[in-house]
Amino acid sequence: MAELARNGTPVQNEKVKEESVSLWKEGWRSFKKNKMALVGTGIVLFFILLAVFAPVIAPYEINDQNLSMRLKAPSSEHVFGTDDFGRDIFSRVIYGARISLWVGFFSVLGSVIVGSLLGIIAGYYGRWIDGMISRIFDIMLAFPSILLAIGIVAVLGPSLKNALIAIAIINIPNFGRLIRSRVLSIKQEEYIMAAKAIGMSDARILFHHILPNSMAPIIVQGTLAIATAIIEAAALGFLGLGAQPPNPEWGKMLADSKDYLTQAPWTMVFPGLAIMLTVLGFNLMGDGLRDALDPRMKN
Amino acid sequence: MFAYSIRRIFMVIPVLLGMSIIVFFMIRAIPGNPAQVILGQKATKEAVEALTHKLGLDQPWYVQYFKYLGGLLTGDLGESIRTGASITEEIWPYLAATLELSLAAMLIAIVIGVNAGIISAWFQNSWFDYVAMVLALIGVSMPIFWLGLMEQWIFAINLDLLPTSGREEVRNPVTPITHLYLIDTLLQGNTEQFVQVLQHLVLPSVALATIPMAIIARITRSSMLEVMKSDYIRTARAKGLSMFWVVYKHSLKNATIPVLTVIGLQMGLLLGGAILTETIFSWPGIGRYIYEAIGYRDYPVIQSGILVVATIFILINLLVDLLYAAIDPRIKYN
Repeated sequence: MAELARNGTPVQNEKVKEESVSLWKEGWRSFKKNKMALVGTGIVLFFILLAVFAPVIAPYEINDQNLSMRLKAPSSEHVFGTDDFGRDIFSRVIYGARISLWVGFFSVLGSVIVGSLLGIIAGYYGRWIDGMISRIFDIMLAFPSILLAIGIVAVLGPSLKNALIAIAIINIPNFGRLIRSRVLSIKQEEYIMAAKAIGMSDARILFHHILPNSMAPIIVQGTLAIATAIIEAAALGFLGLGAQPPNPEWGKMLADSKDYLTQAPWTMVFPGLAIMLTVLGFNLMGDGLRDALDPRMKN
Repeated sequence: MFAYSIRRIFMVIPVLLGMSIIVFFMIRAIPGNPAQVILGQKATKEAVEALTHKLGLDQPWYVQYFKYLGGLLTGDLGESIRTGASITEEIWPYLAATLELSLAAMLIAIVIGVNAGIISAWFQNSWFDYVAMVLALIGVSMPIFWLGLMEQWIFAINLDLLPTSGREEVRNPVTPITHLYLIDTLLQGNTEQFVQVLQHLVLPSVALATIPMAIIARITRSSMLEVMKSDYIRTARAKGLSMFWVVYKHSLKNATIPVLTVIGLQMGLLLGGAILTETIFSWPGIGRYIYEAIGYRDYPVIQSGILVVATIFILINLLVDLLYAAIDPRIKYN
């Protein structure tokens, strides 16, 4: 807009497009310079590749039991050792990446969709709808999140699907609030007023103008939320409320390792390391995206 | 300050009411007949009917809710299905155990986190700063249940320095007075037991403290850096005040607000994390109380446990907000 004022030329559609593209390009340029963010992205990509190519990389079937090979220490045959059923921990950790990434991504996607819709409705229509939705968000945020997730799973029954639903529900208010505040500020912008003045429908304004302009904070918050969701899913799995046996879920693997700490600490070390690295990757990437796309969110 | 405090205290009421509604409907959201789910598929029809009646599920929901709310207001948290005891009476020893653990963890997190953040800001870009911030980054990403297991493996099993689990020496149990064992043993003047209780507290509280500690260190560092760039700090230095004095008196006071916010928020994470830590370390706290209740489908205990923890979380945040007003004069005028 500054350039427009200097040149005094009317804005062309192509020009707007070019500027919006350059905003993302600018973000990418700044992201590329951030070494920690690149390390984080590398870690995330590594785990995504592990998850995608798990059947090719894993040397053993995940549920192949071999009781003669029970609790064997890491060796060239079993690089991460074996568990109490003689199953190969390396293969199970690799397949575990599929579960964790799946739960992390889809639970956050669910929270983003529902949270954005509620946030848009609250921010755009205001008045009693805003009051009601915002109060519900306040109340949900008043619970320690993992406790609310435990409560939801206790009601729905323990399973990976229900853990995913619980994690999606507890994260809805975070996205709802974020989008609501974006909508509140964007709807005061001149181009939204202009859109209203030419008779554009509410739905079109919301989904063609307001939502695309809120993408940057959603992406940043979403990346960081995946990290939290992965830990929460593993926590529920650890408590026996998430993935059920014989699923090679990292949290569940840790729970199973509890009884063998003295004899076979490797059953505990590797699944935990996998959780930590994945979460670290998403945290670093999220921090980098925040600095690149939305510097206002920086602490 | 007074008007702000009163307004802030009143704001808690609708949130508490909303929480009671969510927790109330939790049991009603169970697919099918909750009484049947609690008793299992093999339960007789009579038993199911009796429990339905006992839980009040045969009445309209609004009657049930107002009865439930009335009970809560008079301090009645309901009855445990498993033990048949009043939850209000049963819950305190568990709650006390969690409070002791959480307060110890918060103390560790604040003392180490705030000081690490200050030193990092003071010696920005030094090796200490880099190491502390990398550790903080790892700490934030650390699953608490993994850290707990690692601690047990290293410090209890391998090095045999501290006890693996529990809250007290089984052969030398504490006679409870307040159920806060550190205080109880002090009241009884039993130094040997005090040391034993303290030893049992170390591993779980350090595990629980890690994430808040990392977050507090990061926030302290960034808010200290911001404050230390201010003109008045430069003036204080120019006047010849020692760096220690400038950092710990002038800067820290103004960097406290964001740190306090994060401490309030972390308390919720801590209470949530307690459920995991307590499971690992067989700590008989409220997290374990709720966790065991899930296994027995003891829904009244699950409901009340969650409500009690959430209420504590809200009250802590209220306290933090009131503290802001006391520390930062600008808040009084809002």
